[in-house]
Amino acid sequence: MNAPTVKEPEPKTSGPGRLEKVPTGIQGLDEITRGGLPRGRTTLICGGPGCGKTLMALEFLVHGATRFGEPGAFITFEETAGELATNGASLGFDLAALEADRKLAIDYVRIERSEIEESGEYDLEGLFIRIGFAIDSIGARRVAIDTLEVLFAGLPNPGILRTELRRLFRWLKEKGLTAIVTAERGDNGLTRHGFEEYISDCVITLDHRVSDQISTRRLRVLKYRGSVHDTDEVPFLIDEGGLSVLPISSLGLDHQALTSRVSTGIPDLDAMLGGGGFYRGGTVLVSGGAGSGKTSLAATFARRACREGKRCLFFTFEESSSQVVRNMRSIGIDLAPLMEQDLLRFHASRPSTGGLEVHLARMHRLVADFEPEVVIIDPMTNLLTVGTASELRSMLTRVIDFFKDRQVTALLTSLTAATLPSQETSDTHISWLVDTWILVREIESDGERNRGLYILKSRGMAHSNQVREFRLTDQGIELIDVYLGTDGVLVGAAREARMIRDEAEAREREYEAQQRQRRMVQRRAAVRAQIDALTAELEAEEEELRRAAEREHNSEGGKARDEARMAASRWVDQSFADDNQGRTVQP
Amino acid sequence: MNPDHPAEDEAPSTDAPWPIDPQSGRGDDVFVFSLFIAGMSPRSGRAVDNMTKLCDRYLAGRCELQVIDIYQQPELAQEEQLVALPTLIKKLPLPLRRFIGDLSDTDRILVRLDIRRRP
Repeated sequence: MNAPTVKEPEPKTSGPGRLEKVPTGIQGLDEITRGGLPRGRTTLICGGPGCGKTLMALEFLVHGATRFGEPGAFITFEETAGELATNGASLGFDLAALEADRKLAIDYVRIERSEIEESGEYDLEGLFIRIGFAIDSIGARRVAIDTLEVLFAGLPNPGILRTELRRLFRWLKEKGLTAIVTAERGDNGLTRHGFEEYISDCVITLDHRVSDQISTRRLRVLKYRGSVHDTDEVPFLIDEGGLSVLPISSLGLDHQALTSRVSTGIPDLDAMLGGGGFYRGGTVLVSGGAGSGKTSLAATFARRACREGKRCLFFTFEESSSQVVRNMRSIGIDLAPLMEQDLLRFHASRPSTGGLEVHLARMHRLVADFEPEVVIIDPMTNLLTVGTASELRSMLTRVIDFFKDRQVTALLTSLTAATLPSQETSDTHISWLVDTWILVREIESDGERNRGLYILKSRGMAHSNQVREFRLTDQGIELIDVYLGTDGVLVGAAREARMIRDEAEAREREYEAQQRQRRMVQRRAAVRAQIDALTAELEAEEEELRRAAEREHNSEGGKARDEARMAASRWVDQSFADDNQGRTVQP
Repeated sequence: MNPDHPAEDEAPSTDAPWPIDPQSGRGDDVFVFSLFIAGMSPRSGRAVDNMTKLCDRYLAGRCELQVIDIYQQPELAQEEQLVALPTLIKKLPLPLRRFIGDLSDTDRILVRLDIRRRP
């Protein structure tokens, strides 16, 4: 037999060891009760009509019989075995087969007040015998009794009934049966007939509230003697898969932060996010006005993830899946093959198909079933139509915690009001929840609207602070550098015009520079010529001067020779002549 | 209201136009009873005694009383839709009627069996 997994330390009960628990098999309920219902004890499930008591009891037995090897006896006061079988079939349970396999015994207890006359003292031994017989016939370990109130309506003398019921609960406990007893909610107190006085081990309340014409089912573990449990109200769903409880509040902030990245599908955007894209397991918010390209960004991301073999779940609250596929094809993103490979799944629904809790529950269920790595919610702001901003925030907190816990990368889009300059403020109430916030902004100028994209924040990564122009082309999304200059941010045609003007100006400037260059060359040549002329002039002058000096020298030498010649002829003292003109003395 | 078939849900009023007397009345009707008890508890014993007396006194010669200990045949509890014990089921004449308890209130039973007019 299975042993329930009890994660948290439990206070000791009267007996040795921990309180043993029996898994219900109901999705989520075992988590909030930390393992299931108390073994060998009776659990009271109370709630108003139509809140799912019978179903919960039935599921407890069916799961016990099919998954945990514990046959169960269902004692019903309200529905005949046939009605019960039909109800079970609607949830995919084949009760007749379970009965044939001796895994389930169903006893319909019919009490017709009009047939019954009281005459003296009585007890409920007949009921005891019936329950005992049903249990013994299949060796049941689990029992569900639905709904004991009928006894009070069908039998006189409530005093006797109270005593007998007390005996019944004690008897069930003595037999070691894990039992569920359902009861109608009372005006004063939990149940109409005060069963909570007798059953005190575990009490679960179910609720079915309608606000703004949208109903939400909620469950609460009111009491669980000897065990830790969540006391919050949690939403639950009843659909073709049965009952599922959403233990969203049990998630804390202890999820693992991953460092690996997931590409956005747009190389430029990856680059803006420090190369690589979003963090895996991160939450991305894409805000923008109507028609700003949020869905296209989301689809691009989805396609990229699927191409890497990741499963992607796409919640759309605006368009049908075929509409999304068609629209995305127009920008060159073909999602259909990915859907065929079952890598991409759509879940399209109007927000008004349920309350926030129902949507949350559905997301939980679908994510648990499909186990995607990427989830897209487009646009999450549409959910505001079925809840207030604070309710949505609370729901998103839970859903994001859930995604993070499962390391699902989530991209939520947010439709912001109009194109006000302060549009981003409308998302601030959830911005703290997200890791990366991308804003797609309409830039309206010169008679046209263009899209600008920038990253408002991205936790834990160096990211670009640039505004980029965001364009939807036949080949998908393209990011272009916008024109940033003294005129402000220019996009679209204005950017084109400005770029053309800039190019012309640049050409002009280049030409001027070349002109200057040429002029400089010319000037250099001119100056050089001048320098040459002056040099030549100078050289000529120098030559002139040299010649003149030469001439002078020659004339002076001749005079000395003449004088010497004359002295010789006159026999002048030789020494005088030597001193005077030694060099020139000619023999 | 049809005097021959009094509505089973409603207690006949004292001035109902169908006075039934054990001696006259529908003297030819045979009453078939099943009395279900749980073992030989004092309460079971009282129920058997009370019913036996009632048959002898008011339905002598036209009463079939079967006493069944449900402990011996627990499967009958479901078949007979028993909840409270002791239970007396009047199977015939129709309509079917159930009495729960130790059957100590004989007058009440007689009225509801249409044997005696409501006092």
